Amino acid sequence: MGDRKGKITVVLGVLGVDAHVVGNKIMAHALEIEGFKVVNIGTFSSQQDFIRAAIETAADALLVGSLCGHGEMECRGFRENCIEAGVGEIHLVVGGNLVVGKQNWEEVEKRFLQMGFNRAYPPGVSPKQVIADLKKDLPKG
Amino acid sequence: MSLALLIDFGSTFTKLLAVDLAAEEILAYAQSCTTVETDIMVGLRRALDLLPPHLQGAPYECRLSSSSAAGGLGMITIGLIPELSAEAARRAALGAGAKVVKVYSFRLSTRELEELVGLKPDILLLAGGTDGGNREVILDNARLLAASRISCPVLIAGNKAAADEVQSILSAAGKITLLTDNVMPEVNVLNVEPVREMIRKIFIERIIESKGLKKAEEFVGGILMPTPTAVLRAAQLLSQGTGSEKGLGDLVIVDIGGATTDVHSIGAGNPVQPGVVRKGLPEPLTKRTVEADLGLRYNAGTILKLCGEGRILQHASLFQKDLAPRLEKLSQCVEVLPQTAEDQDLDFALATCAARAAMERHAGSIEALWGPQGQYYVQYGKDLTGVEHLIGTGGIFIHHRQAGGILRGTLFSPEEPFSLRPKTPNLYTDARYCLFAVGLLADRYPESAFRIARKYLRRWN
Repeated sequence: MGDRKGKITVVLGVLGVDAHVVGNKIMAHALEIEGFKVVNIGTFSSQQDFIRAAIETAADALLVGSLCGHGEMECRGFRENCIEAGVGEIHLVVGGNLVVGKQNWEEVEKRFLQMGFNRAYPPGVSPKQVIADLKKDLPKG
Repeated sequence: MSLALLIDFGSTFTKLLAVDLAAEEILAYAQSCTTVETDIMVGLRRALDLLPPHLQGAPYECRLSSSSAAGGLGMITIGLIPELSAEAARRAALGAGAKVVKVYSFRLSTRELEELVGLKPDILLLAGGTDGGNREVILDNARLLAASRISCPVLIAGNKAAADEVQSILSAAGKITLLTDNVMPEVNVLNVEPVREMIRKIFIERIIESKGLKKAEEFVGGILMPTPTAVLRAAQLLSQGTGSEKGLGDLVIVDIGGATTDVHSIGAGNPVQPGVVRKGLPEPLTKRTVEADLGLRYNAGTILKLCGEGRILQHASLFQKDLAPRLEKLSQCVEVLPQTAEDQDLDFALATCAARAAMERHAGSIEALWGPQGQYYVQYGKDLTGVEHLIGTGGIFIHHRQAGGILRGTLFSPEEPFSLRPKTPNLYTDARYCLFAVGLLADRYPESAFRIARKYLRRWN
């Protein structure tokens, strides 16, 4: 991981067979305004695409978007794959339409935290909230 | 009359082309075996003796040459992630005309380091980390290389936040180092030009001498570039044109040789069908791929293994039992030119298979994915379906009467709609073997070089 003396580096992307690009662009823009170094790998990204980009850029966090309702399936094993690739300590964040249908958010969040994500966000979360949490979770050294 | 003598010290043959620049005419072509093992000048003189007498001692305005003798420009590239900086470094080296002997990624292991030293590259390209990204791995690799017996120049093109330290570590250990911009400054951003330019500089300043070509350089006045770079330069000139000559636009050149088959493409290769998303490392506008397993002589046996007897026998009039021994003989006697119609047919069959496989590997592909919202198409590599011009170069295209057929075999097929090979390009062959010469002349005489290429390329459709 970087020493976070300078900008915080985040890898941002949309996981799986998912073409939803609008939220991704908005999030990238909001993060850049707030001084983050954004490595946006865009739509149709696999877990491996996120992890490869994280290693090459010494990223501090992975911001995983999943908008198509298949998040639970697509995110399975993400933390384990990070550990396997030598970036097991990376800050892992997920958000979007993570599950199909109306489900109780607390339970959904619990499932994703149990999977090894540090933060999980429900649909419609404000980028401001995500950015405030990132600043709190990844203080500059 | 303003004469130019263009020379290519090839791996097998030394080729000469005498050109009248004022009249924009090819006057003569000659070739003889390359003699780099003993004295490069012997083969050159033999080839010169084969020119018409009035051209042997003519007052040439310039003598320029390219070389792929003594194994070509052998490079090893090192990056961090195989699909990112290691791939970016590999592409930069290929685009500089190098033969990429091996690509390493992540931290080098002891075994890899031993192998690397044993492979004796001419240049080592050390990359890894985006600018401001991972520093540890490139620094560790620098320390490992510093402590190794590697003696070739090391070109550093990685994370700029680590590059100075990398250079200090290597220089302190007495290694020859050169520093340039990061070949992948950000994820999925390629920056190959500074690396290519630096490789060309090292080639001229250091490699010529270490390959035993210095003597030849005194005669020719300058070995400017590796042979593949000359062909790539010709491709650029033809595609982009000059001040007064309009370029042809996007094009592909297939170069079939005894040891490798190269494919060069000029063009962005963006998706042409709506709704297709492009993924992966971006492609350089000027892209070269080298297929080291597809050569008509050294690798005749490999072509058989790859394409199967059926495909080769489709074009060659041979008995099945004779095929393997014939190919074995070809791979042992690499200087043999086809003598009989049967020999020519076999070469045609091998070339057709090699060109087809090389084009398939060079061209991009489409993958169909199903998601909750339906089907999506993702493109990897370049879409070459709309390319307007396809050119074949190499000995087979001079000698064979149906050489255009080799190119036809590389085209798009509706049975494989996801392989983005050219659909309906104009087909040309380099029937006078002038493309390397055009590349050599491109910087000094771009207008004449462009028109000579146009004049002597033979159109097949």
